[in-house]
Amino acid sequence: MTPVVQAKGVVKRYGHVTAIDHSDFELLPGEILAVIGDNGAGKSSIVKAICGATSPDAGEILIEGKQVNFSSPIEARELGIEIVYQNLALSPALSIADNMFTGRELRKPGFLGKYLRMLDKQAMERFAREKLTELGLMTVQSIKQPVETLSGGQRQGVAVARAAAFATKFIIMDEPTAALGVKESRKVLELIKDVRARGIPIILISHNMPHVFEVADRIHIHRLGKRLCTINPKDYTMSDAVAFMTGAKEPPAQDAA
Amino acid sequence: MKNLMTSSVIALTTMAGAAYADINACLITKTDTNPFFVKMKEGATAAAKENGINLSTFAGKIDGDVESQIAAVETCIASGAKGILITPTDSRALTPVISQARDAGALVIALDTPFEPANVADATFATDNFKAGVLIGEWAAAKLGDEAANAKIALLDLNASEISVDYLRNNGFLQGFGIDIKDPTDIGDEDDPRIVGNDVTNGNEEGGRTAMENLMQIDPEINVVYTINEPAAAGAYEALKSVGRENDVMIVSVDGGCPGVQNISEGVIGATSMQFPLLMASLGIDAIKTWAETGAKPRNTEGLDFYNTGVELITDEPIDGIPSLTSAEGLGKCWG
Amino acid sequence: MTTKPGYEQVLDGSDTQVARFETRHTLLKRVQHILHNNPTFVPVIVLILSLAVFWIIAGGRFFSAFNLSLIMQQVSIIGILAAAQSLIIITAGIDLSVAAIMILMSVIMGNLAVHMGVPAPIAIIVGCAGGMLAGAMNGLLITKIKLPPFITTLGTWSIFFALNLWLSGAQSIRSQDIDEHAGLLKFFGNAVNIGGARITFGVILMILIFIVLWYMLNKTAWGRHVYAIGDDMEAAEMSGIRTERTLVSVYMLAGLVCAIAGWASIGRVGSISPQSFYEGNLQSITAVVIGGISLFGGRGSIMGALFGALIVGVFQSGLRMAGVDVLWQVFAIGWLIIIAVAIDQWIRRVSA
Repeated sequence: MTPVVQAKGVVKRYGHVTAIDHSDFELLPGEILAVIGDNGAGKSSIVKAICGATSPDAGEILIEGKQVNFSSPIEARELGIEIVYQNLALSPALSIADNMFTGRELRKPGFLGKYLRMLDKQAMERFAREKLTELGLMTVQSIKQPVETLSGGQRQGVAVARAAAFATKFIIMDEPTAALGVKESRKVLELIKDVRARGIPIILISHNMPHVFEVADRIHIHRLGKRLCTINPKDYTMSDAVAFMTGAKEPPAQDAA
Repeated sequence: MKNLMTSSVIALTTMAGAAYADINACLITKTDTNPFFVKMKEGATAAAKENGINLSTFAGKIDGDVESQIAAVETCIASGAKGILITPTDSRALTPVISQARDAGALVIALDTPFEPANVADATFATDNFKAGVLIGEWAAAKLGDEAANAKIALLDLNASEISVDYLRNNGFLQGFGIDIKDPTDIGDEDDPRIVGNDVTNGNEEGGRTAMENLMQIDPEINVVYTINEPAAAGAYEALKSVGRENDVMIVSVDGGCPGVQNISEGVIGATSMQFPLLMASLGIDAIKTWAETGAKPRNTEGLDFYNTGVELITDEPIDGIPSLTSAEGLGKCWG
Repeated sequence: MTTKPGYEQVLDGSDTQVARFETRHTLLKRVQHILHNNPTFVPVIVLILSLAVFWIIAGGRFFSAFNLSLIMQQVSIIGILAAAQSLIIITAGIDLSVAAIMILMSVIMGNLAVHMGVPAPIAIIVGCAGGMLAGAMNGLLITKIKLPPFITTLGTWSIFFALNLWLSGAQSIRSQDIDEHAGLLKFFGNAVNIGGARITFGVILMILIFIVLWYMLNKTAWGRHVYAIGDDMEAAEMSGIRTERTLVSVYMLAGLVCAIAGWASIGRVGSISPQSFYEGNLQSITAVVIGGISLFGGRGSIMGALFGALIVGVFQSGLRMAGVDVLWQVFAIGWLIIIAVAIDQWIRRVSA
């Protein structure tokens, strides 16, 4: 099976600090891969390298077997890679529909769209409503409502729905439950599983072990700037994972990914 | 070529230094933007060159920029200036720093705008702004003849601060027209029914137009318009033109800038009082030279607390008994 | 649902609603919410109220068609500048150089057409291009060198003003000379009379500019991006907006609008006056703020700036006609600004 993303020997240095030290990475089709690691282990650095937010100093990144060299997340996005940032990257004063289409708005057909560049608001609102309904998020009152009037979980829902609607390759989610309460976290975890059920693989960066062990198919453990090992959550306990990532316990011999 | 120029400049400076033992002088104007001050600076620079005086020039950023002027005076004191020519942007606020300059041995001459009191400076070379107002007031009244009793007058002043040049011209005009001005330092305290109202123009065309429009809304039959300066007059004319009344209304002004004099010849302005910024500047430089060489200070004009650099009425419709120049003659003397 | 860990089992019996909107009890809360969704309501209400109040105080002459159209003429130039300023302020920036760009471009148009004999249409095109260039300079300094907009435009204000004095020699170009050489420069001074009202082309231009910019801001992707940038620059960048390119385009468009204002100002003032509109920068900001556009960016409708400019015009005209001294007009506008910003802050609190 060709990995959706594969990174080989990636290196990234900032001055004297080596953020990524010859690290490897694989995401397989249809899976949820959790990336865990202690603070400062470099787990966001490796993910940033994959999505084009930083360009690595050495090593190669393959998307579906083809080498890529992104210079910005916008290029990654054009290939169908979506990112749900921890701060969500939503514009609070704009509506849900506006936010879902930021940077890829639909224009009206014909003269209005082509020459007057008029947006097709109805189409965008229809699409946004559909996507939110699919994911069971239509507890929101109106699709025209500004995002700032939504609760934390609802905002997360909008960001996930946006990613799910446009991702064709995979989605990266950075700490999607960190800012949420128990009930809202639950909702978001269900959402993540829903997205996987549609066949879109997910890279999940999280500190929350129960959440990771609940949804992940595999867990990538990052330590000291590189991949330490990947484990199957069914074979290990949360304490094992924590022990690996903090260096308290030797990792298992690595089986081929 | 460049080398040649540099060496001749050095030669000039050395020669000047040898002949006049390094007289430093300063010119501090209100702004660098008003053509009046631009012209004054030109006059002073030319006169200084002629007399071998090293002239440094300074200006405030806008009208009322006291800080810049204080800093300029301090710089002049520090550079050991023999004389300071200044158009005070605030008649009172600069007093302490001017005293310092005089204590340091500099001759301080106020140009255009007097200090309050005038003896803060060693001398004042200025236009008699009140007289400038009186001339256009008398001309307007004489021009209207008997109709002056029924005139409807709009007064387009400078700004809300009511500085001395503003009230002197405004009240001079009213007195010349034959109106009781009450407090001579206050604008707008008159109760003569012929006055429709006052408004401010900031001394530019845009302000002149807006002010004229506003006053016409109070009384559309205004037929005499006093303006603080010629740009304001040009703006007022545009406002009148837009309602087709430009030929029914008499506009008078003060300044004597070249565009203003041209406007006299084209009938936009009826009469204007010309002042002489170049003369103020060159007299100022002469006074500094005399002071440096002989220690003699300039004297005031009889009966005034300043040296009057003169005013000329410019109009193409002269009135018997009021001496005036035509616009053609005025064009030879105008500034800017 | 099958893999739910033990400690979350209790959630099954809990409320499944993710969030609920609390019912707004007080009338004040409801008003606050309505205003939050419709940012132009406040300036429209203030405009109508002030018209009514001055009608009572200053009488029928104030409320005549002629006077109302005169107010429009008087605010037209500041109004156009306020439209340009709104674009910038919606991106959470500020442009202190708008009036300086306007005057500089009017001087360039005048110098070319009147003094140098360049055909007026070409002079106007050069002036408009110059406006875009001036805007591009602001935009590039802000995006590429990362200078704060306030500092950048404070600097360019002085630079453009100095250039204006240099090119004009601080001297106005007279109305008669413009008529003789380049009447087209005064095109926007022409007027149509409709039932006592005198509508200049400059007033029509101002309204057209507001409509076009409103359309661009609200009906095109570019406009949504402008709002998103003002709302949260980082989020806009991350959600795929090319923020730098968009910001530069905003400053260039604002520069173009300023240059057009420069052309219109020649029609309004009659002459080309390098000393006019010295306070235009601040007056344009005043109009924008009174129009309910948030100085913090991302909020408010550009139409608010039009109403803001009109409110200032109505106050000035009304107070004038009621015989109030100039200094009290300045006083009143000061309070208007403070009240407008206070209302903006109060409305923004709805989201907190």
